[in-house]
Amino acid sequence: MEFFFEVLIGGLLAGVMYSLVAIGFVLIYKASGVFNFAQGSMVLFSALTFVSLHERGVPFWLAFAVTLAAMVVIALLVERFVLRPLVNRSPITLFMATLGLSYMIEGAAQALWGAQVHGLELGVSDEPLALGGVLLSQFDLFAAGTAAVLVTALSLLFSKTRIGLSLRAVADDPLAALAVGIRLQRIWVVVWAVAGFVGLVAGLLWGARVGVQFSLSLVVLKALPVLIIGGFSSIGGAIVGGLIIGASEKLAEIYLGPVIGGGLENWFPYVLALLFLLVRPAGLFGERAIERV
Amino acid sequence: MLYNEAGQFSTSYAGERRLFRLRQDRYALAGLLAFAFIAVPYLGNDYWFSAILIPFLVLSLAGLGLNLLTGYAGQLSLGSAAFMAVGAFAAYNFGLRLPGLPLLASLFLGGVTAALVAVVFGLPSLRIKGFYLIVSTLAAQFFVSWALTKFGWFSNDNASGVISAPPLTIFGVDFSSPVGRYLLTLGVVAALFWLGKNLVRSELGRNWMAVRDMDTAAAVIGIPLLKTKLLAFALSGFFLGIAGSLWAFTYLGTVEPHGFDLNRSFQILFIIIIGGLGSILGNFLGAAFMVLFPLLLSNLAGALPVGLIDPGQLENLQKFIFGALIIAFLIKEPEGLARLWQRFRERARLWPLRH
Repeated sequence: MEFFFEVLIGGLLAGVMYSLVAIGFVLIYKASGVFNFAQGSMVLFSALTFVSLHERGVPFWLAFAVTLAAMVVIALLVERFVLRPLVNRSPITLFMATLGLSYMIEGAAQALWGAQVHGLELGVSDEPLALGGVLLSQFDLFAAGTAAVLVTALSLLFSKTRIGLSLRAVADDPLAALAVGIRLQRIWVVVWAVAGFVGLVAGLLWGARVGVQFSLSLVVLKALPVLIIGGFSSIGGAIVGGLIIGASEKLAEIYLGPVIGGGLENWFPYVLALLFLLVRPAGLFGERAIERV
Repeated sequence: MLYNEAGQFSTSYAGERRLFRLRQDRYALAGLLAFAFIAVPYLGNDYWFSAILIPFLVLSLAGLGLNLLTGYAGQLSLGSAAFMAVGAFAAYNFGLRLPGLPLLASLFLGGVTAALVAVVFGLPSLRIKGFYLIVSTLAAQFFVSWALTKFGWFSNDNASGVISAPPLTIFGVDFSSPVGRYLLTLGVVAALFWLGKNLVRSELGRNWMAVRDMDTAAAVIGIPLLKTKLLAFALSGFFLGIAGSLWAFTYLGTVEPHGFDLNRSFQILFIIIIGGLGSILGNFLGAAFMVLFPLLLSNLAGALPVGLIDPGQLENLQKFIFGALIIAFLIKEPEGLARLWQRFRERARLWPLRH
């Protein structure tokens, strides 16, 4: 039983890492209705930029600030050259545009900083910690703490600031928001920049865990089922979805793996998400679409 | 003047319904087919057949498969490569386990198997829509490649999961030379495009387009959604499955499940975006672009002074340009290269006048 809890809690903590990537998606989806496939490459780009700067002797906080500035520049460029020309086009078109965008960002990241694997040390030891007889990874706890801070900060941003108020207005009804004088394009830049920031945090944590390399952009594929379960438009949903995916993935690997063969963590989350969808087509916390002819 | 339809009247219903109603189109098509079947085998060399023409034809066919599903029926799929893999491995196994089965029959059965698998993963499409459907097709993508690697039976217990092409003989004629493989691919692709072209103008094709434009409205006017969507998945799977076995048998010769990964799915999606969603011709144009563009780019880089672009950077550069092109196409020409052809035709119709 203790082993079960160890696997469960380890899975839950791993799920937090998925949630971190998923939150970036949710932000953009809420504000602009764009399903941003490029979130994974933004994670890669920010982590790679940060690590390369850091390796060249730039101090931690300066590297962090420069990377953040780069993400803001990307947000500005994306709004000007992708979102604005594609305004009012179908969501599928926008999705495919972000697919192109992810190729561009990945190509640029590797052209700028090379394709070799970088190690990243955040100063958090990965030694297991015994809590009540259950072994937990310190790093995972640190990641969970970061996620909690991030979510709190985001919800404060959304609920207490003027810009947060306009973000919520846009998410609620873009046309009405335009009508009361909210500048939609500026909102898009802000939200892409915030998603870039979330991507940077996720990139640093993931990078410290698996090394900063190309496969980092594939975390987007881990975040997808999380989004499906949580719904595309709820940050809380992204957290809950991440926890569900993380825990069930690890449990499946341990208890189902020996029966049907191991290595099922690639597809198991998707099948799980599919089962969820069959019951709740808009995810756990997603808004149910009303269709009119 | 060049493309004049004046004076060409249909005098029977059959004439009205034929595939290419205009004389110019028919002549052009006949000329093109004659060129591809008769002249190209004499003109081309082995490099052209193996490295350019065969992948071009197979990718066109794969593009057609995805276009039926995404361009015509409006169901976004990121699992094309999985259905190709199913087709390839099924065709291989049919050929292996049923000795004496003709090659074309095993290709066909491979396509049917891929169609069945596609239907299974298409089942959720009735309940979930849009982006949420990506999950179902991605599940197909990951599940198929996992299953093909995990269970040795599929690759006849090959240690690295690799399958090799069976002997390419049809009615005793050997097709294993580069020219032969080209002709075999061309024949299969031509036949399937004929089928596809007819499909999209049949009742089924029109139902697909109605579902694509708005499926609630389509249901209201009495189009059976379940049947229409599942048939889109099945036929798309069938075409992709055959494209997959051609990819394995006539292009590569040996293939492993990893050869049909997510990047292949993206590649096929890009073919239909660049070529034109909901267009038959667009598949050829997109596939030609996909095959020729990297060659062009590496030739360009080769023409530049040495050291300006090193080979490692070329791949990143290519990726960057590709992404930019996708976005540019979506913004400037959402109907793809096929639209350019259409514009050219309208011009040719009036030429030398402007209006």
